[in-house]
Amino acid sequence: MYRYDQYDQSIVEARVAEFRDQTARRLSGALTEDQFKPLRLTNGLYLQLHAYMLRVAIPYGTLSGRQMRMLAHIARKYDRDYGHFTTRQNIQYNWIKLEDAPDILAELATVEMHAIQTSGNCIRNISSDQYAGVSADEVADPRPWAELLRQWSSFHPEFSYLPRKFKIAVIASPEDRAAMRLHDIGIELVQRDGVVGARVFAGGGMGRTPMVAPEIRDFVPESDLISYVEAALRVYNRYGRRDNKYKARIKILVHELGADEYRRQVEEEFAAMKQLGLDPPTAELDRIRGYFADPAYESGLPDSVDRSDPAFALWIDQNVKAHKQPGYAIVNISLKPAGGIPGDASSAQIDLVADLAERYSMDELRVTHAQNLVLPYVRKADLFAIWQALDDVGLAEANLDLISDIIACPGLDYCSLANARSITVAQKIANRFADPARQRDLGELKLKISGCINACGHHHAGHIGILGVDRKGVENYQLSLGGSGAEDASLGAITGPGFDENGIVDAVEKVTDIYVRERTAGERFLDTYRRIGMKPFKEALYG
Amino acid sequence: MVDFLSFRDDEPGQEPAVTFEAFAGQTNATAVRIEPGDDARALLPSLDRISLVEVNFPVFGDGRGYSAARILREAGYTGELRAVGDVLVDQIVAMRRCGFDSFRPDHPFDQTAVDAALARYADVYQKTVDGRAPVWAKRHPETTHG
Amino acid sequence: MKILTGNDLPTGDVIWWAGDGWSRQIAEAVDVGDMGDDLARREEAARHVVGAYVIDATPTDDGPRPAHIKDRIRALGPTVRPDLTLKPADPEAGQWVI
Ligand code: SF4
Repeated sequence: MYRYDQYDQSIVEARVAEFRDQTARRLSGALTEDQFKPLRLTNGLYLQLHAYMLRVAIPYGTLSGRQMRMLAHIARKYDRDYGHFTTRQNIQYNWIKLEDAPDILAELATVEMHAIQTSGNCIRNISSDQYAGVSADEVADPRPWAELLRQWSSFHPEFSYLPRKFKIAVIASPEDRAAMRLHDIGIELVQRDGVVGARVFAGGGMGRTPMVAPEIRDFVPESDLISYVEAALRVYNRYGRRDNKYKARIKILVHELGADEYRRQVEEEFAAMKQLGLDPPTAELDRIRGYFADPAYESGLPDSVDRSDPAFALWIDQNVKAHKQPGYAIVNISLKPAGGIPGDASSAQIDLVADLAERYSMDELRVTHAQNLVLPYVRKADLFAIWQALDDVGLAEANLDLISDIIACPGLDYCSLANARSITVAQKIANRFADPARQRDLGELKLKISGCINACGHHHAGHIGILGVDRKGVENYQLSLGGSGAEDASLGAITGPGFDENGIVDAVEKVTDIYVRERTAGERFLDTYRRIGMKPFKEALYG
Repeated sequence: MVDFLSFRDDEPGQEPAVTFEAFAGQTNATAVRIEPGDDARALLPSLDRISLVEVNFPVFGDGRGYSAARILREAGYTGELRAVGDVLVDQIVAMRRCGFDSFRPDHPFDQTAVDAALARYADVYQKTVDGRAPVWAKRHPETTHG
Repeated sequence: MKILTGNDLPTGDVIWWAGDGWSRQIAEAVDVGDMGDDLARREEAARHVVGAYVIDATPTDDGPRPAHIKDRIRALGPTVRPDLTLKPADPEAGQWVI
């Protein structure tokens, strides 16, 4: 994985010093809260429901054992012994003191980590495929491109005060595991005449007005990537709406202009920018690529696994995925234990996963947008030992992509923007469907919950989506069906009037019952919904 | 406290800057003030007679002026480029990188904060219009010289 | 009644205006009448509080009960982590929120 050189390190350290100075000026009164707020936000520091919340960037969701251990250390020393992995592959801490924040950033900098641009109206952490580098279906590892974009976007002087936040994802497989087309800019690496380049989508997003991004360029060569993206951002910075925060994302600009006109403007800007020498030489991407070269795989490893322990066999079937290298496997660690809080992990659990990464996964792990963890380089012969170790700390839930593998934002238990609690609903649904055999029978079913229209819980992209709303001061939940964040991206449709907390759990059960009644062989919930439409589900819910 | 800051060798422009609309109809004006919604590109044909462009920031969070500044510099404008309005000391480094070379903030800067901000980042990731070598150029001196 | 709340600037803790200063216990919050906005401005300027705002509450025997669930959760702590609330020993504390 990528390692900082002296330049990266000095920039991150300068940032720590800068934020220490800004914090001191705030505490002394030299800065008002209005002035300080955008400064702390671009360092990931929010004021949330109970305290300050700090969001730490995990660039493209990749980290080492040492970095993971630092995350546990911060949870233990500065927070209340746990952290929350988010749908943008980051981690956030819920109980941070402003006066500690500079020290935390300093500790993060010792392991090449930071909180730069994890909030604010700027380019956020670049996200990617959690199976990057290890899945057989990719045309190239997307992470060098993501790292190039990370560096370019860090402290970008022109784009620090965009109309609104800006999220970029880079993938490199036909199968989309990162909800790429629901990003402000989504990049899919593709191959043309043996050369890898970027297929660029713009104007996707969730929130109040969800949109699936249209393609704006079928191929951007590596040597033009930065100037092309810079042009796309400049058009947005100049013409994105600033009169209404709810219309300020690029998706509204692209929608109002039309993809063709937006594309035309970007091309025009790009033609001018390309002359300016803004692109790093290809040697720079090659340098970065060097860090993502395949590790030293062992050859001749056995491909068979002893499946005599039935619980272990179930976990393998559900959570372990095929690796491009014979004898190896990709292990998904579910952070959705039955009745637990989706995405939360204690410092002991974080430490344990760091240990496992060091011992069994070439010292590397990943965070997924579904709020789970991945060990990407596991010898099949080690699977049983890993499973046992995970089971000891309650992390061996065999539910990847099943109905209890719920994405849930923090909701009203933590978030000051929330209308309703998300976690409690996730827990009740997971308990209702507690029987693992029933979950497996329902098959792949992506259930996603957001506590407000900001959609951090990706509810629009859920096969089943749940949105918390405020109905005269009482929590209420809207149900939507048919969304997908994958390569067949689609937005869910609302079923009708909302439900109270228990009602929404019943409603979820009713729609899964319809699925079980109507499905044909091999159909997932989403497939059945797409085939039969909303009507039968509506009848079951409101009929 | 500093209420005007310049990084230029010449005297600051004194001529009152006219509005963007007035400038269009006034062939002898040499100073113009642009607001966030104005299209800086429209000034490009007249760059050779402009000696001062004021870019107004009515609120610090409106970042359109950063693009306006870069567009002018990319087109070869060498006159004074002044950020005015709700300009905060924590923004001047980014503004310098976008080509601003003078500042008239609504609220005066603290000189120590200015000095600290300007000294802080020894390295930058992007090539812009300020002539600073981005880290990729330092990493690959052989391929990026000239 | 109207009560005033916000967060402590250096620590971020949820605090309530208790008449002569700020308290972490909502039970100690006092009615601010129509003085809330003035108090909020004064206390923010003095950096005793950040993000101060006035809310409606009902007086009860156990102290003020905020009208909105969001402020009841702020007052107690996350309902999904009773161990981290202000009343970790009281398993029924979460009921107060709903
Ligand atoms: S979706 Fe709303 S409630 Fe949930 S984390 Fe985002 S802003 Fe908060």
